[in-house]
Amino acid sequence: MSIAVQFSNVSKHYPYYHHLSGGLKHFLFNFPKYLREIRKQKFTALESISFTIKKGESVAIIGKNGSGKSTTLGMIAGVLKPNNGDVMVNGRVSPLLELGGGFHPELTGAENIRLNGVLLGLSRKQVAEKFEQIVAFSELGQFIDHPIRTYSSGMMARLAFSVVANLNPEILLIDEILAVGDAGFQKKCLEKMKSYKTQGVTIILVTHSAHDVQFLCDRCIWIDNHKIRADGPTSEVLPEYTKFFGS
Amino acid sequence: MFNTQHIADLLTELTKKELSIRYKNMVFGYLWSIASPLAYAFIYFFVFQVVLKIPQPNYALFLIAGLYPWQWISNSLGQAPTNFVSNSSLIKKTQFPRFLIPLVTVIQDSLHFLFTIPILILFAIYFNVPPSADWIWKVPLIFGAQFLFVYSLHLLIATLTLFFRDIERFVQIFVTVAFYLTPVLYSETMIPERYQNLIPLNPFATLLINWKHTFLGIDLDWGLVGFSYLWSLFFFVVAHWIYKKLSWRFAEIM
Ligand SMILES: Nc1ncnc2c1ncn2[C@@H]1O[C@H](COP(=O)(O)OP(=O)(O)OP(=O)(O)O)[C@@H](O)[C@H]1O
Ligand SMILES: [Mg+2]
Repeated sequence: MSIAVQFSNVSKHYPYYHHLSGGLKHFLFNFPKYLREIRKQKFTALESISFTIKKGESVAIIGKNGSGKSTTLGMIAGVLKPNNGDVMVNGRVSPLLELGGGFHPELTGAENIRLNGVLLGLSRKQVAEKFEQIVAFSELGQFIDHPIRTYSSGMMARLAFSVVANLNPEILLIDEILAVGDAGFQKKCLEKMKSYKTQGVTIILVTHSAHDVQFLCDRCIWIDNHKIRADGPTSEVLPEYTKFFGS
Repeated sequence: MFNTQHIADLLTELTKKELSIRYKNMVFGYLWSIASPLAYAFIYFFVFQVVLKIPQPNYALFLIAGLYPWQWISNSLGQAPTNFVSNSSLIKKTQFPRFLIPLVTVIQDSLHFLFTIPILILFAIYFNVPPSADWIWKVPLIFGAQFLFVYSLHLLIATLTLFFRDIERFVQIFVTVAFYLTPVLYSETMIPERYQNLIPLNPFATLLINWKHTFLGIDLDWGLVGFSYLWSLFFFVVAHWIYKKLSWRFAEIM
């Protein structure tokens, strides 16, 4: 079986960019001090993590708030670059990283479908062919022609998931956004993902819902304190994780 | 993944996005791009011809021959500081070549400029300096240099503003200063002898003088054309070098 995603000793630091908002003048007149500040004051979000995800696996990434899950997905999606180590991705990534991510608030739902599809790496023709299917899946009705800045969170999640899920994903990245959908739509999404799973699509899911993990994922990667704390079958890692929070 | 066909698709979709965000009404946007330089030309005409009696023949034609190309420059540069920021939701969460965003903006402003050329032709005919067949190659020649220059400067400003937010305020002042230091309202021949050598050092000036020569039926100064291209290439290299160093950080600083 071939590899879909591989992290080798990946570290990610965030500098405290707020120094930069001190402005150009501050930068030019305090140059050496400035460089020292930037170097010293970085924040390590992930420290030398390694894992391999094979094609067709469905993996949950779990951990408490701020542990680095979204950062990990960002690197898989290629919008963030690691400071150390290697990230290897094999296949087209369909990321659902954040509500409204990849969409422009001023465009209508329909316009956003066309733009987002192309930004995700498909051709305009491919998007056009699937357009009706996406709109139908979203169940947004007439709202598809409204600017998405007027959408509720759930409507936004519907639109985003419908685009990604109907454009033949190869590697599906989902960061929590289903939580805002109503029960009906959540169920529909989970079913859709389950069917992708049987078709051999790689699924990487970040969620705080133990139910979703259990329903969909065979494997869990638990990130804690910027490192991988546990990586194994859901049946082993998930109970440990819930126990950790229960106590 | 990012082959030519896909880049073309991205350009199309990003252009459509710009069109529906910026010009809710296309016709109105076009009329505006024609009318606003004309309104300025009217004011400048009054100040410099009627009041100050600048010794410049065909001053109205002279003004709009400079104000239309300048409008392109100032529109494109004026948007540069906010261009990446106002597309942050796209940049933060999807991977695509970020330089396409400035490129799309500059393509649109350049098209607006091209659409103002018919007005220039009308003026030229009215003032008895009718367009010559040379325009066929002169306009694309100067257009190419200006496109490269404006795009590069836009990319540079847009990139740096993400890291130094206060650049936004400098840009406004910078464009205004550049406007008055560039022969738009006056002719380069009016610049005192001892400052003449400085003209090639101002990339805006080299471009604007070339435009005026083209539109007013004067022979091109090949030295200045050369300088225009040198400046454009210089800024293109610098802008892309800095962009290449910094673009991978765009998503995390927004
Ligand atoms: N662009 C950024 N600049 C600076 N620090 C950041 C940036 N993005 C994330 N961080 C920091 O990195 C850490 C990890 O963030 P991340 O978003 O990956 O957490 P998470 O596991 O997804 O949390 P949550 O469950 O709340 O979504 C956090 O402490 C956060 O403050
Ligand atoms: Mg997160």
